[in-house]
Parts: sequence; C-alpha cells; structure tokens
Amino acid sequence: MNELTNTNTQTGLDVQDVVKRAIELNDYSYLLEKVPYSQFIGMSVARFGDEMVFRLPAKDDNIGNPILPAIHGGVLAGFMEMSAIVQLMVFMQAKKVPKIVDFSIDYLRAGLHQDTFAECKITRQGRRVANVSMNCWQTNRKQLIATARAHFLLD
Amino acid sequence: MKINSDFFPLTEVASRFVNQLAQCRRLGLTVQEASEHHVLIELPYSQDIIGYPDTGVIHGGVITTLIDTACGTAVVCAILKKYQSLELSPTLDLRVDYMKPAEPHKSVYAFAECYRLSSNVAFTRAIAYQDSIDEPIAHAVGSFMRISPEMVGEEFRQALMGNLPGAIA
Repeated sequence: MNELTNTNTQTGLDVQDVVKRAIELNDYSYLLEKVPYSQFIGMSVARFGDEMVFRLPAKDDNIGNPILPAIHGGVLAGFMEMSAIVQLMVFMQAKKVPKIVDFSIDYLRAGLHQDTFAECKITRQGRRVANVSMNCWQTNRKQLIATARAHFLLD
Repeated sequence: MKINSDFFPLTEVASRFVNQLAQCRRLGLTVQEASEHHVLIELPYSQDIIGYPDTGVIHGGVITTLIDTACGTAVVCAILKKYQSLELSPTLDLRVDYMKPAEPHKSVYAFAECYRLSSNVAFTRAIAYQDSIDEPIAHAVGSFMRISPEMVGEEFRQALMGNLPGAIA
C-alpha cells in the first residue's frame, strides 16, 4: 500500500516545471533535491552564466578503496552521469529526465578523499539522442582524474 | 533466486572484500557467489537510489557502481586463485550499455567475469539483470590495472584473509 502511494506521487512529478523553476530561481539544488540519488552521493551544482560546475563534496560513504582512501569508481561515474543529465535538462528545458543509453569512463588517477568537480559538454544534440562528454578533477582543472562520454535518449 | 554459496569457495573472501568498501556497504551490496571464474552480486532496491523520480527507476550510476564492484571483485578472485596473492586492481576504464531500465522495487544482480589476466592488465565483462540473465538491463566491459601485492596493507589483508576456513593461502 505504502509503495503504491509512493509510486503515484513519483509519476505525478512535472519534470518540465521543476526545471523551469530551478532556472527562474537560479537555484539548481531545487532540481537535484528531486533526484534521490544525487542526495545519496551528496552532489551540488553552481551556474556561472552558460557554465555549470558540479561538485561532489568529500563524503565517507562514497569511499571505495579504503587503503588510499579513494572515492569508489562507480560513485565518480554516477556523479558524472548525473551531471550530464542535469546539464541536458537545464539547456534543453526537458519534459522528461533524459535516459542513459551508454556510458564509458576512463580513470586517469585515483579520486582522493576530497572535494571533486565535474563539467560537461553537450557535443551533439539530435532530436532523439544527445552525446555528452564529461571531465572530472579535484585540485587542478588541468589534472583530470576521470573523463567520460555518454549517449542519452531525449524524447 | 536459488543460491548455493557453499559450492563457490571464494564467496567468503569476495564478500569480505565488498564489505570493506564504504559505498558498497551503504548500497547494501551482497555477494551471492564467487569463484575463480565469476562473481554474482545483489543490489537491493531502495528509495534512496532513484535516478528517475517520475518512474522510480534507479540511477544508472548505481548500476555502474554495482558493475564496477563486481568486475573488481572478479579480478581479486581470479588473481587470488591463480597467484595465491592478494592484489587490488584499480579500474582503468569501464563501458556500460543500458539495454532497458531496471524495474522498480526489485533487486538487480550483476554477473561478472575476469576473462583474461595478462601481466599488467585484467580484462572483465559483466551483465546486470533482474529476472533472467537472458533479459539484461546492462552489459559492460572493463579493464583493470594490476598492482603489486605489496601495495595491499597488512590490515586489509587480515580483514580479507584472517581466520578464513578452507585452503586459501
């Protein structure tokens, strides 16, 4: 019963409205709050004109390698994927959340237990599918810790 | 789902390995089976990991985390069996193709194998599914860099191998 009610409120979500309000208020935390996974890893975003920089603060729960310690590679991937989704939604005023088709990531160095940043570039946007590339760094924007590319279905 | 972990001798080691990773504990990942050839890990559904609030479908990033963990664990198991040593291989790259969304309120399973172990690189592939492996949610390939066993601290080795019943050195 409980699950059923939850599902209903989820389907009632107006994505286009959420994106519109986030842009109007220039407060993208409002958009991220609607996606439980972004809260789960603790990410946030700041917009500077046409640029958006995504931030994943150091968080104990996000650790994968306990020896270094380093952020779990999957969390970095999830953070970059979510960044790409938000970038697409904001610059397309999407009606729906873009659906991931494929995701390919190269790990360049260990993501240490500290704040991490990402930026995305919509390389090509067609009618049905968009190609996005993402870069991820920690202390220096020129020393990337990971780079990724992905396709999303728009609809 | 029928599980016989007794039949797969590396299940205990693989399970300890996954439990050492904070993110995996948080996600509630559990190792169902592990051998020198494969690893099977379960990801339970939860409201916290939803990526598509309009449908309740979990985020692709969680699937990537599950697959990365499963492939990494498969590498640990393969090296352990072949060289009798503990190595922790960092991921070099990972590519995930999403075939269909995961159904809400159901666990996702990842089946991973390390299909080739060279002197420097371990090659893996994985399938994520729910009801049947023949109806995959995602398919992935990934490569891992091998590092020397000395890089593994004594504390970590102890956490994985200490008091382990069976014949693994």
